[in-house]
Amino acid sequence: MIYVENKDLVIPGQILADDEYYSGRGTFKENGKVCSSLMGLVSLRNKKLRVIPLKSKYVPKKGDVVIGKINDVRFSMWDVDINSPYSGILPAFEVFGREKKELNKVYDVGDVLFLRVVDVDEIKKAKLGLKGRGMGKFKGGIIVDIAPTKVPRLIGKKGSMINMIKDKTNCKIVVGQNGLVWVKGDEDMEQLTKNIIHLIEAEAHTSGLTNKIKNKLYLAIDGELPPEEVEEAEEEFVLEKPKLQNFKEELEQEEKEAEEKKKNEDKPDIAKVIEELKKKNKSKKDNSLSYDDNSNNSFILNNK
Amino acid sequence: MMSEFIRKDGRKFDELRPIKIEAGVLERADGSAYLEVGGNKILVAVYGPRESYIRRLLEPNTGVIRCRYNMAPFSVDDRKRPGPDRRSSEISKITADALRPALMLENYPRSMIDIYIEVIEAEGGTRCAGITAASVALVDAGVPMKDIVVGCAAGKVNDEIVLDLSEYEDKEGQADVPIAMMPRTGEITLLQSDGDLTEEEFEKAINLAMEGCLEVNKLQKEALMKKYSTE
Amino acid sequence: MDIVPEITRQSITNLVKNDKREDGRELTEYRDISIETNVISKAEGSARVKLGGTQVIVGIKPQLGSPFPDTPDLGVLMTNCEMLPMADPNFEPGPPSDDSIELARVVDRGIRESELVELDKLCVEEGKHVWMLFIDLHIIDNCGNLFDACELAVMAALKSTKLPVATIVDEEVVLSEDETFDLPINNELALCTFVKIGDKMVIDPTLDEERVASARLNVGVTKDGHICSMQKGGKQPLEKEDILYCVHTAVEKVKELIEHL
Repeated sequence: MIYVENKDLVIPGQILADDEYYSGRGTFKENGKVCSSLMGLVSLRNKKLRVIPLKSKYVPKKGDVVIGKINDVRFSMWDVDINSPYSGILPAFEVFGREKKELNKVYDVGDVLFLRVVDVDEIKKAKLGLKGRGMGKFKGGIIVDIAPTKVPRLIGKKGSMINMIKDKTNCKIVVGQNGLVWVKGDEDMEQLTKNIIHLIEAEAHTSGLTNKIKNKLYLAIDGELPPEEVEEAEEEFVLEKPKLQNFKEELEQEEKEAEEKKKNEDKPDIAKVIEELKKKNKSKKDNSLSYDDNSNNSFILNNK
Repeated sequence: MMSEFIRKDGRKFDELRPIKIEAGVLERADGSAYLEVGGNKILVAVYGPRESYIRRLLEPNTGVIRCRYNMAPFSVDDRKRPGPDRRSSEISKITADALRPALMLENYPRSMIDIYIEVIEAEGGTRCAGITAASVALVDAGVPMKDIVVGCAAGKVNDEIVLDLSEYEDKEGQADVPIAMMPRTGEITLLQSDGDLTEEEFEKAINLAMEGCLEVNKLQKEALMKKYSTE
Repeated sequence: MDIVPEITRQSITNLVKNDKREDGRELTEYRDISIETNVISKAEGSARVKLGGTQVIVGIKPQLGSPFPDTPDLGVLMTNCEMLPMADPNFEPGPPSDDSIELARVVDRGIRESELVELDKLCVEEGKHVWMLFIDLHIIDNCGNLFDACELAVMAALKSTKLPVATIVDEEVVLSEDETFDLPINNELALCTFVKIGDKMVIDPTLDEERVASARLNVGVTKDGHICSMQKGGKQPLEKEDILYCVHTAVEKVKELIEHL
């Protein structure tokens, strides 16, 4: 027996279904009932119930890409605020190997970086690194802060939302999975983009959002509505997991490449390297956000 | 006999004072709620789970909560000196104890949740109202919970067991039994009692308070749904 | 500790350089202001002010007490501020911080020096009994510029304050149960707060603007355009031209603010 429908808004303690259903993220089982532990939207797939939270704090996960702020410079590492209950560290060797340099000459307190979570220890402390395209210190632009659970909505189906904003505003946009977004472009466009992002955050759980945002963008920039409507197929529900397999594949490929590169570091195979470079160029897109399909609505519950 | 009894403010023995709950009322806090019940006005803010530098409070396997119940100097008839006193410290502690059983913080080891309960105006029953509002603020903050804890009191006035004592009834009455519970399972997470009650009266009081909790719980849910449901 | 990201500092500074702000306001424009009075029925005077996202509640409680020996026929004003930890993740519970004390004193100075509360009318019996007004500032949401929000709230709360009529019967003070009088007030005032970003002065700063600002200036001006209090804050100096500009702007701006009361 199930008491809710897919996409229903539920609250903590609410009974969702009886024993024959499986308890996924955002739910728990007690006395033979599957219950919600969060305020969020029900996602039902193959008898597995999950609740996708409307709000939650970012908990670092290996492989995530995040935006962080240098909070302190220490002897051999930087302390990084990653908008989470858990701070990150960026060890010096992740940045310049064994070379000795003065850390604060490279990144100083207040600098904002695009980083990858290399590892997370048992107390959730995140070890950060800069391996990956586009990683490193941001120069200029602004930082926009949104709820991490709204990140998939900002990106949209196959990046539809974020690409639309980028195209229309001519801004560079980088989205961290920890809910921080970097925007750089024309001064006025930066502010417009910030407002648009906040609008998406506020209305993430409403339908018809892509069209609404498109209209807003065109009105603000061209002073008139867009010539044609976005196809309804683009319209996708709220916090539903966006299908971003291509990003995931890219990410995996990138990691594989990195690994292979590492393996072959001692005896580099020129042909292979060239081939890899070719491959890389082929898939050269804006890879500012490499999205792991499973991590979208990553609430911490199955994450022990 | 009991159903005939009408209270000083015109309520029936099992009638709550008018309640208003609103979720998400502050900008800076991670979660917040505002609650009015009778003449009480209560504001709650939740921060966290967040990193804490108070190491002695942290636990390696789970997140911890810290609660601060505070009364505004202008919340009572005679101005209250600002800052904590013995009463507010005790209420802070039992409020944290009342909320803790519902929280699922195993996935936030070594983190801290701060709950700030601010009594803007007091008119009897602030501790229960504080718990009720704090639960809504916790949900609003996205903290995982097994249930939404809710508080309500029953008591004895003029030898009658009545629900949700007003300030006058609290002062003039013979007993006060504030409780908090998790509505889904009916487990009690806060219980105090002061005054004179027979065993039978106590049972009546706790049953009445539990019924009151279920009523208030409906309003908590409504407030949350109202804040977040699609127009 | 709260470190401002370097790029936030740069972007705000660049905006201000071009006479723009992150929320689209002009350099001399206030955020939306809303004022409600009589929000606390147990307080003799109260107000809640929202200034953009900033929210404060002010409650006024009177108490009978002894006057100061040097002013035996004058009532007493006491302003106290609690920067509640609920208002900002960086506010800590505990005794008032230096910032909180400064805020209370700056707000108090405007009220006191403008002499808008007729303290002589708060004397019940000279040398023995006077009204002491406790003005409690409760900061519940800090999104920048607490000064102006608090001063508006205090002004609104004072205007809403009603005190019980006190008479002396057989050398005892007797308070009337139902008869009250309005707190005697003969003027109005508002505070205008500016911060310096780059080489420009910006009115009603947001939190981020406050955090990147080099200096602050509060200017208290009465309804009739008299300057009654000022305070310079922040780590860096101000130039005379900055100060004169702020004073001039404040005198104009206060008229607008007082209309909200």
